[in-house]
Amino acid sequence: MKNLISMRDLSKEDIMRLMDTAAKIENGEIVPDMQRKLAALLFFEPSTRTMFSFDTAMKRMNGDTIIMSGTKNTSAKKGETFADTLQTIAQYSDIIIMRSPIEGAARYAAEVVDIPVVNAGDGANQHPTQALLDLYSIIKTQGKLENLKIGLAGDLRFGRTVHSLAQAMAVFGAEFKFISPSFLQMPEYIKDDLTEQNIKFEEFKDMEGNIDDLDILYVTRIQKERFADPEDYAKVKGSYVLNKTMLPNVKENFKVLHPLPRVDEIHTDVDDTKFAYYFPQAKNGVYTRQAIISILLGEV
Amino acid sequence: MNQIKMIKVNAIKNGTVIDHIAAGKALKVIDILTLTGNNAVMIGMNLVSNRIGKKDIVKIENRELSKEEVNSIALIAPSATLIIIKDFEVVNKTSFDMPEYVEEHIICPNPKCITNSEDIPSKFYINNAEIATARCVYCEKKYLVEDLRIKI
Repeated sequence: MKNLISMRDLSKEDIMRLMDTAAKIENGEIVPDMQRKLAALLFFEPSTRTMFSFDTAMKRMNGDTIIMSGTKNTSAKKGETFADTLQTIAQYSDIIIMRSPIEGAARYAAEVVDIPVVNAGDGANQHPTQALLDLYSIIKTQGKLENLKIGLAGDLRFGRTVHSLAQAMAVFGAEFKFISPSFLQMPEYIKDDLTEQNIKFEEFKDMEGNIDDLDILYVTRIQKERFADPEDYAKVKGSYVLNKTMLPNVKENFKVLHPLPRVDEIHTDVDDTKFAYYFPQAKNGVYTRQAIISILLGEV
Repeated sequence: MNQIKMIKVNAIKNGTVIDHIAAGKALKVIDILTLTGNNAVMIGMNLVSNRIGKKDIVKIENRELSKEEVNSIALIAPSATLIIIKDFEVVNKTSFDMPEYVEEHIICPNPKCITNSEDIPSKFYINNAEIATARCVYCEKKYLVEDLRIKI
């Protein structure tokens, strides 16, 4: 593995190696040493969580980071090409971790530079490190990745995390329930991928009544701005809010995941139940990113 | 009959003939070719064809096609025949096979794709199923081959 650009590039073996390494880092079995290693965090699009998570991962391994956030203070404003910016940054650092609103930007970066590139989100395309930390959270709570029933709820059209997760879980024979307003449904190209792999999925418009047979419910935020008319948003909003009263008949092993930030799609009354797992999930992100960086830099 | 055809689109001494292009697509084929102005080019459109009903034909003097050009033409004119002419004789005649991969001549329809904001060649993997589809290497979106446009 030279770069991490898309879940489509990873084999089952690659994923299991990453899961295994994350687990060993979490329990202290391996302690990667990144002293004198520098990660360039290039975030051309706002991010707090993912950026902090990578920053934390690097620093917990005694490594260091240089951070660029937004494009305001970069040479792009002076007319420098994207390729030149990347090649220059690559002279300073050992690994580039990059988020961009442009789809395919990380793939292109990996072609341009000789050091490893990690895609920390490219437009509505991929967010593989989020998918991997989601997988790590699933394996920790379910004890396995194979043959699980997974509900994906919220904005399935523009949410890159659900695209990456659906592709990743398909490798393990998951069955899906897609729960979203009709105009925010899972894109056809993802559904085509799943059909080609003989993965079963059903589509629903309501969360209520569709969660009792799930092992995992993955909730994402529906952005109000996606709706042309605010009244339309008000009408459907309630169908995508999870609260405690919906949980009495869920399975014993059921867990709720969310990539965060949460707005109001999971009521805070769910937080105290044994089904809430979104905050530990964020912590798992650090172990997973430690594993990704360590493997790409050949330190484990 | 052959003589009538020769009158419609002149024969060339040396070069490449792209025959049996689906009627109306000759200009798209021309868009793919990097023509410098040194080569004589003859275009015939809506000619009668026993094989495909109506066809277009393109003849380019003193020019062979690159692999990328052949792959891109195969996408938009899969029924076409590639003929190499030397001294007015046909020395090679092959069909265009649907490629597994094309680079450069196709525009990615996704406006947010990096190939539409940076000056870099597009790249597509082709799935030659019953309905052929193309997946962009960069943004990973999948499109019907028949919906793709040529970069001019």
